[in-house]
Amino acid sequence: MYCQISTLIQYVAEIFKVGVIYIVTARSVFDESTPIYIQIMDMIKQRICAGQLSMGDKLPSVRDMAIELRVNPNTVQRAYQELEREEMVFTQRGMGTFVTKDKDKIDAVRQELASHLAQQFVDGMFGLGFAKEQIKYYVETYLENGHTTEPDGKERR
Amino acid sequence: MDSILELEGLKKRYGSIWALDGIDLKVGEGEVLGLLGPNGSGKTTMLKLIAGLARPTDGRILINGQKPGPVSKAHTAILPDVDHIYRWMTVRQAIDYVSSFYEDFDHDKARRLIELMNIETDMKVGHLSRGMSERFKLVLTMSRNAELILLDEPLGGIDPTSRDKIVYAIATEYRWEHSAMIIATHLVRDIESLFDKVIFLKSGQIALYGSADELREKYNESVEDIFKEVFA
Repeated sequence: MYCQISTLIQYVAEIFKVGVIYIVTARSVFDESTPIYIQIMDMIKQRICAGQLSMGDKLPSVRDMAIELRVNPNTVQRAYQELEREEMVFTQRGMGTFVTKDKDKIDAVRQELASHLAQQFVDGMFGLGFAKEQIKYYVETYLENGHTTEPDGKERR
Repeated sequence: MDSILELEGLKKRYGSIWALDGIDLKVGEGEVLGLLGPNGSGKTTMLKLIAGLARPTDGRILINGQKPGPVSKAHTAILPDVDHIYRWMTVRQAIDYVSSFYEDFDHDKARRLIELMNIETDMKVGHLSRGMSERFKLVLTMSRNAELILLDEPLGGIDPTSRDKIVYAIATEYRWEHSAMIIATHLVRDIESLFDKVIFLKSGQIALYGSADELREKYNESVEDIFKEVFA
């Protein structure tokens, strides 16, 4: 699921940078086999954890977000509500929805996302029949030679 | 949430065939309902009855509490699945002509949509390509600030690469608040992200009804795949 989200994030990055712009892309960016509101939640969480959205930043309005993502505003509304329930965002009446200012909360979610990714990767490797030591080797080799992400979330080439 | 549309035991018979066989449905404000079903399942019949273009054999239709008639028609915009515009008119003339019938016609909206769809306003309606003609019909429908918008196969005759543009046009120009929209289609995948609820029609009856995201959660599939399963 997270691999699809990365394309979604690149796409949505445009919205956050320049506000609402008229982009007409080829297709819906969602994997329609899972609830769309959950994918929107994941996308926003990921951006918060990666620091692309800072504490206290304002999220796009429900309507703007819905138009850009070609989804129903009720779906975006639901994603925002669930994020609020999880205390990742908060709403100020008449002002909009904002990223939480609780750093511990963000760290907790970041760790949750990390362990989820680790679990997915390890499960996949076990599924291919690799043993623990071999898996470690793959990770280390990739970290040495491939493109990767530094702990601060910046991409390195 | 107030309901804009209410159907109660709606039935329609053509000869010995029941095109609609007892439909109960409520569509609330702000809702976008996907009306899904194979050919001949009753989608177009249902939209025609709601738009007041045909009379039900039995049952009740209420639009904002009123039966279909002159009042409801003034607030209901339908994109029909047939060509209904005079072919000898130019696009510009057709816009003026259609807009003269409806108080809720929004010329600014029409201008934005014509531009977005790249429609040549000096062209004669009869000279438009199939896809252009479909787009133009959508422009005329979406340009009205109607309370109830009924789209019958808005993606029919539109090539796959242009479908997103249509979906985008619907998303940007639909007034979400104070309106409801029903989109009948069998091209589910291209437009399913817009739906908040979906209804599956099978031989004039409701085979499945629910929130799109809840169905995805329950079946672990896209609405399109659920559609294929229900009608397989």
